Amino acid sequence: MFEELPHRTADTPGGDLVVAGVSKRFGGVPALIDVSLTVEPGKVHALIGENGAGKSTLGKIISGVIEPDEGELTLGGRPIALRSPREALANGIITIAQELTIVPALTVAENVYLGSEIATAGFVRRREAKRQFRDLAHRIGFDLPPDALVGTLSIADQQKVEIMRALSRNASIVVMDEPSAALSRSETAALHEVIRSLARRGSAVVLISHFLSEVLSLADTITTLRDGRLIRTVESEGATEESLIEGMLGRSLSSAFPEKVPADPDAPVVLEVDHVSAPGVTDCSFVLHRGEILGIAGLVGAGRSELARAVFRDAKVSAGTVRLGDAELAGRHPQRSIRRGLVLIPESRKRLGLMMGRSVKENISLSRLDLVSRAGWIAGIRERRAVSEVMKATSVKAASMGMAAMMLSGGNQQKLLFARSMMCSPAVLIADEPTRGVDVGSKRAIYDLLVQMAKDGMGMIMISSELEEILGLAHRTLVMSHGRFTAELTGEDMNEQAVLAAAFAEASPT
Amino acid sequence: MTNETPEQIEAPEDGDVAALGLRTGATRLMRSWRTAGIAIPFLILFVALSISSQPFLHTTNLINILDQQAATLCIAAAGTLVLVAGGIDLSVGATYGLATVVAGEIAAHHSPVLAIVAAIATGLLVGLVNGLIVTVFKINALICTLAMSFVIGGLALKVSGGNLIVLTANSGFYKFANAQWLTVPSAVWMTLFFVVVLGLLLSRTTFGRYMVASGGNSEAARLAGVRVNRIRVITFTLSGGAAALGGVIDISRLLSAQAASGGSALSFTVLAGIVVGGTSIAGGEGSVWRTGIGVLFIALIGNGSNLLGINPLYQQIVLGIILLIAVGLDSWARQRRL
Repeated sequence: MFEELPHRTADTPGGDLVVAGVSKRFGGVPALIDVSLTVEPGKVHALIGENGAGKSTLGKIISGVIEPDEGELTLGGRPIALRSPREALANGIITIAQELTIVPALTVAENVYLGSEIATAGFVRRREAKRQFRDLAHRIGFDLPPDALVGTLSIADQQKVEIMRALSRNASIVVMDEPSAALSRSETAALHEVIRSLARRGSAVVLISHFLSEVLSLADTITTLRDGRLIRTVESEGATEESLIEGMLGRSLSSAFPEKVPADPDAPVVLEVDHVSAPGVTDCSFVLHRGEILGIAGLVGAGRSELARAVFRDAKVSAGTVRLGDAELAGRHPQRSIRRGLVLIPESRKRLGLMMGRSVKENISLSRLDLVSRAGWIAGIRERRAVSEVMKATSVKAASMGMAAMMLSGGNQQKLLFARSMMCSPAVLIADEPTRGVDVGSKRAIYDLLVQMAKDGMGMIMISSELEEILGLAHRTLVMSHGRFTAELTGEDMNEQAVLAAAFAEASPT
Repeated sequence: MTNETPEQIEAPEDGDVAALGLRTGATRLMRSWRTAGIAIPFLILFVALSISSQPFLHTTNLINILDQQAATLCIAAAGTLVLVAGGIDLSVGATYGLATVVAGEIAAHHSPVLAIVAAIATGLLVGLVNGLIVTVFKINALICTLAMSFVIGGLALKVSGGNLIVLTANSGFYKFANAQWLTVPSAVWMTLFFVVVLGLLLSRTTFGRYMVASGGNSEAARLAGVRVNRIRVITFTLSGGAAALGGVIDISRLLSAQAASGGSALSFTVLAGIVVGGTSIAGGEGSVWRTGIGVLFIALIGNGSNLLGINPLYQQIVLGIILLIAVGLDSWARQRRL
């Protein structure tokens, strides 16, 4: 921990990183097959592909997390063997992973120099560390307080801490795996600026991303992977979202969204939320009709998920009423909401949605075990029958229903939650970020599912940070800002400009 | 009383291929450890002892082992439920002690039935209090039950006045654990019944599913409509009741009660049995019948080394190493699942 890292003294000039003929198999399953590419300094090189296409595997090989079975890596013409992230680091390669590797209880400066503390004989030289930190912050134009605890910062700022750590080690190659997945719009813009400045300073950036618009605006070079094979590497000029999607899927995506079926204007009201206030939510009222898809848009932190939790009666509601059909929901009882016909698909399937280690079957039937049991005794056959029925209806792809949820792809995990909801046959479904972390192909399947469930008579509330998704699916959109509704948009008024204007609006008391 | 048998795991069609290779291998190992796990070393040890020691395979010896382990088996079976639901109960040793002195004091002067009912009610109450403290005040279960074990130990001393309570063999109380049926004492029959019931509760009922969900991901379980707090309170209550049942069985077998009996040594033996049986210390995974095997495995090590005249010193070392291996396998399997 106290030893001096070799790269600090060697002021690593990068040169081209060449990946030549790299293959990797996991237990017989090929993850990468004979992939070759060149990452040039000063360029942003994007890797795109569906989940399971091998882009993360390739990123991990470049950053030394896993070793390739075949092929080699050369840096500036010199072959390098990376057996660990530490060896990659010594070669000037650093990774900013999907999950941040910061220590929340340490300060910003301590995190930046974590693992390469500025120390003499084992004693950390705090003042010197702080001085170097200020130099670095000044040089790259980040404005972070060195003494703040990292746990108190926003996710974007935490990411900046990681980036500073990368830069403090003179990284010549920065690998970023889905860096903007957890960021709001403005934070994403800030991150993009950082990535551009990294490239301007001569670093090579390997960017792994699901967001094609991000890739198109940032990358100089784009490599598309599919089923472990390199499909093509192109300059980003001339590439379009359509051409990239076609490369990723091997076919063109007919259209991103299913056709909009107009909602019946005379449909009865299924949910009535009246002047509800809860933590993060101030005085929100709306109604939802049978068969209607209501979009709730807004920036991250605008109170959308909080509103969902309040309506679902999982949060303390300080004022207002929620009426579901004829019944009023009161108290803090999610299970009562479910029994009365209101189901929530929470925003993070891993943290709030699924028991990852348990089987597909157990995850699906959990909410309605009463349907497949008598006096508390589960009837195995009835359960399997009911589960396989909703699995079919929601097109969950799993080798068997005994398979653990963690073995499924992100899209299928999300569908699992839809299957669980469908088993509850609710009157109202709230889906919070239903396509987060889901690949392009599965997104369409989930959209189809949402539209189908609404068509079958469910009232649907869809919360999403992806504007296109809201505009493409919702019949009506409510925009939130600072815990209040700032706009209700329908028809022609429902466009990107109007939603953004309302999302950035300072809420005026209504 | 079997746990859910997972169907054959095959490679999913569209999982993340990168992570898949790591996962299938590790998951298979994890699954096989969890389903068969301790049963294989148990059988090996059983056969080895049958060959190396003449008296081992004697019915008397085997029944004796079961009789001695009756209390531990009952407590560990209920403790498995606590662990699966995401808690842990370190107060069972103290509750066991409290139950023995409560039963002893009452049995000395009143009817044995009243003694048994009162002792078990005491245990259930202690468990209920544990559960409420853990869920309502959101205090870490480990710390809560550790603290409670001091409180309970103190209460037990108060009840017994620090004295050893001795009962006479002709009281009806003696029959509770020592009545014979098919040459097997009632303690063993009761234990068998209790373990089977709890095993079925965990593996075959909605309540069992709710326990697994609560321990696997409590937030997700709550949002899916599971009353996580209520489930946890029930598991703690059952655990307290089982500790008392164990206490009553033992005082009936041994006819003496003492506040300090049980204690942390018993709590740890119980926990060791559960963990050796492959139940995850982190919750959401586990089975009662494997806990039973785990407890008996530890008992066999003790019994075997007694019969073979091995220094008890080595027993302890071997037990410690086995425990480390069991916990190591569990956390290794868990890391791999990321």
